Amino acid sequence: MNRFLLPLAVFVLLLAVLLVGLRRAPDKSILPSPLIGKPAPQFTLPNLFDNTSPLQSDSLKGHWSLVNVWGTWCVECRAEHSVLLQIKQEARVPIIGIDWRDHDEDALSWLAQLGNPYQRVGTDHDGKVAIDWGVYGAPESFLIDPAGTVVYKHIGPLTMPVWQHEFLPRLSRPAGPGA
Amino acid sequence: MSRARAAGVLLWACLALVAAVPARPVDVTPPLPSAQLQQRYVRLTHELRCMQCQSESLADSQVDLAADLRRQVHDLLLAGDSDDQIRDYMVARYGEFILFRPRMSWRNAWLWGAPVFMMLVGVLVAWRVLRSRSRLADVEDAGADDAAGLP
Repeated sequence: MNRFLLPLAVFVLLLAVLLVGLRRAPDKSILPSPLIGKPAPQFTLPNLFDNTSPLQSDSLKGHWSLVNVWGTWCVECRAEHSVLLQIKQEARVPIIGIDWRDHDEDALSWLAQLGNPYQRVGTDHDGKVAIDWGVYGAPESFLIDPAGTVVYKHIGPLTMPVWQHEFLPRLSRPAGPGA
Repeated sequence: MSRARAAGVLLWACLALVAAVPARPVDVTPPLPSAQLQQRYVRLTHELRCMQCQSESLADSQVDLAADLRRQVHDLLLAGDSDDQIRDYMVARYGEFILFRPRMSWRNAWLWGAPVFMMLVGVLVAWRVLRSRSRLADVEDAGADDAAGLP
């Protein structure tokens, strides 16, 4: 009997490991960003509302900001839009939009129709800035601290629970790298 | 005869239709000036993952992001970046997952070492079993007369 005990124990252990692995298998569509804890990528983008003053990454410094990557072609962005408007109402952070691979006219009519949650919007026509930000599926939202560090990234549409549980608690922490 | 003929024509028409479909190329990035660069481009776009479709490589994917990233690989090659620099560029933005062939690091070293470890365990177990068997055989040899009736 005893000689079967060890193999049985090993088998049960293996079973447990595999079961836990199956249960906790991460959702592969949501991947951790290597940018977290690092300075936000530098960029200069044309300003959707005013083509005389471009949107620059330097303007992210000195205050918290929420950078939201969207596009009018993005179905889930429409679902997210009302949440962005609500976040704007709370007035905790300015929302900076990066309009990804889009047409300016479409973006302007979208914002005129649905309301504009953004303080400023940069237009990334060729998608180069989105590559620097590691964007692979709009909408994506980044929380940037006053030092210009990426603190958190959410992939997929923002919802109020996500905003309240993932973003707001981080906002109240002291700023700076390693915060 | 006419029915069989009609069926034959239909079959050929279907085949022609199927043959015409792959005519549209996925990759419309302009070719690189030299054969070596183009070869590196092909290799890199095959070993980088399309982050949106995940099981496709950049070379095979039709989504816009893959086209943008192919373009980026193209531009970086033109700018004189090495293959490793281009891989690093992608990993810095999208993470290790973009590489179809993961790199060895301290974090995943146990995974790379696991086969060697398991083989060592196997060898150890086999050695112990063989040793105990041969000891048993010695005992049996010594008492061959007694053991003759045993299976």
